[in-house]
Amino acid sequence: MMAMLTRRAAALAALAALLSLGVLPGVAMAQGTLRIITWADYVPADVAAQFTKETGIKVEVTLSNNEEMISKLRATRGAGFDIAQPSQDRILGPQQEFGIYKPIDLTKVKVDLIQPDLLATVRRNATVGGKLYALPYVWGAEGMVVNTQRTKVADYLDLCRSDLKGRTSVRLRRPTLMAFAFAMGKDPFALYGDPKAYSALMDQIGARLIACKPNFRFFFDNRDQLLNGMRSGELHAAMMWDSGGWKLARENPAIQFIAPKSGALGWLDTYTLPARGKNEAAVYAWINFTLRPEIAARIAKNIGNFSAAKGAEPLTDPKLRAQFAESFPRGFKDVRWYPAIPPGLEEIEGRVLDRIKAAK
Amino acid sequence: MVEASGTLTRRLLLWLLLAPALVWLLGLILLPHLDLALLSFRERTGPGEYAYSLAQYRTFFAEPLYWDVFVRTAVISLIATAITLLIAFPIAWTIAKLTQGRVSALLFAVCLIPFWVSETVRTLGWMILLRETGVLPGVLVSLGVTDAPVEMLYRDATILVGLVYTSLLFMVVPLYSSLESLDDSLIEAAYDLGGNGWTVLRTIVIPHAAPGITAGCIVVFMLTLGNYLTASLLGGKNSLWFTEQIYTQFITRFNWEQGAAFGFLLLLLSSLMVWIGLRLSGQKFADVMSRS
Repeated sequence: MMAMLTRRAAALAALAALLSLGVLPGVAMAQGTLRIITWADYVPADVAAQFTKETGIKVEVTLSNNEEMISKLRATRGAGFDIAQPSQDRILGPQQEFGIYKPIDLTKVKVDLIQPDLLATVRRNATVGGKLYALPYVWGAEGMVVNTQRTKVADYLDLCRSDLKGRTSVRLRRPTLMAFAFAMGKDPFALYGDPKAYSALMDQIGARLIACKPNFRFFFDNRDQLLNGMRSGELHAAMMWDSGGWKLARENPAIQFIAPKSGALGWLDTYTLPARGKNEAAVYAWINFTLRPEIAARIAKNIGNFSAAKGAEPLTDPKLRAQFAESFPRGFKDVRWYPAIPPGLEEIEGRVLDRIKAAK
Repeated sequence: MVEASGTLTRRLLLWLLLAPALVWLLGLILLPHLDLALLSFRERTGPGEYAYSLAQYRTFFAEPLYWDVFVRTAVISLIATAITLLIAFPIAWTIAKLTQGRVSALLFAVCLIPFWVSETVRTLGWMILLRETGVLPGVLVSLGVTDAPVEMLYRDATILVGLVYTSLLFMVVPLYSSLESLDDSLIEAAYDLGGNGWTVLRTIVIPHAAPGITAGCIVVFMLTLGNYLTASLLGGKNSLWFTEQIYTQFITRFNWEQGAAFGFLLLLLSSLMVWIGLRLSGQKFADVMSRS
């Protein structure tokens, strides 16, 4: 009995030794894990599998959104994940406030694989104390979806038209406040440095949205909730971002994604390094791996948006490119990028959002 | 000597047995609450700088919005508790007194089945049933009750339905255990002495079941007051539930200080309600808790 046990233990030890040396064919060397907190669809399973095969690094994905990512990292003071992917405008404030990220070491990144204008946007908005804290990953724009068989809309304020009572939806989040501000002919970004004027503007937008509240069937919290509302016909028009809109358009040609007249707001999600992330070697390996044109194109296709990697564009799904051209006839000119949010502004917005929620 | 070491061992054993519970209480309940309490008395004065203040509690009383949501949550929770009691009482009575053996076990199982799936699934089930393009509005149209499908979601009544459904079992169980211990001969004697159904219920059944009723009400009230999912999913754009406010402050506003203050106010409210409930029903806390 004893002998048998030891023999089995010896065999296991030998197997473990073989594995760790990478002697067994087809078995990659274990290099630890890479923990990513990101949005749905951002890390396709096949891309992660290929990365593991090439490097031996396992990829662990946690799904989240901007606010949750920041809150989770704040709670652990930047531990628990090796990569986070917040939007570029949400990095400066939390970094100044909570110090949850560490700077990017550009010498370890193949910078020439990144689209220079997107890198410039991130540089402008995610540089704190002279150090860069993010790199661009994926971008898209926010606009409107409309069921053309039911109604016609051209701008966000059309969602408040009396004939659309109970048939539209927006998110009760800051992008909605920004979108309605532009639709009302104001420029909230110009007031970022003036909390008082900004607060007054937000009150004004809040009042407009409260007046519009009977038109909103619900405030959607996630993409699927909105897509289901449009598919079932319960909603006729809504605020939505491009990938969701184009997805609906592919399923039902009557539904279109349109850029509002006042201009679509562009979002850009990034790679950031949480301050107490562990596997730094794996982080840079992953960044360089996902910047490869063919990999970046696969990721972009999975999300339904556009990659920040330079070589990916020619490889992007032609259907998606056609949809982009149709929704944004003037190209980038229709897209307005979010500047970094200074700390404290979100408190003002929060109060306005609470009032909208509470209004009858 | 032998005896002394014996008591020592026994005492050591007692502490060892208590250890997991103590670690749990201290580490997972008491310490986080202390931390939250400290947090709630802080105010952000600059980037990454904080000072002690009562600002978070002041905001709660100064902004009518939070106060309204607070009161609304308490009132709807009370209504939900009352409805749950009214529905659960006949069920518990049937299981405890009118049925026996397998039938009674079967009835219990029927009450239990909804809890085999998670709360999310149950709530989404209600959404499928009640949404405008859902099952129930469709049935109503085909029966000719309504001309066009009616949206049944996003109303206060919908929230109530969801809350009552979720908490029914937690009322049935304590009611059942307190009704089961009621001696049938007492009821028979009451009838023999000329009592009618109402007097029997009022003077015999309810006083006997009072600890069970109170226990059920406390548990259900706590559950509904602290419910997050049912209220926010079924309530839609007007849900306005206080736990939702706490979540928003913590997660989407990054305002832990405000969230902590709200959390404490909710804790205070529920403690106060339980105390009032015990006072009104003349029950003792320990007595009630041993029944639930």
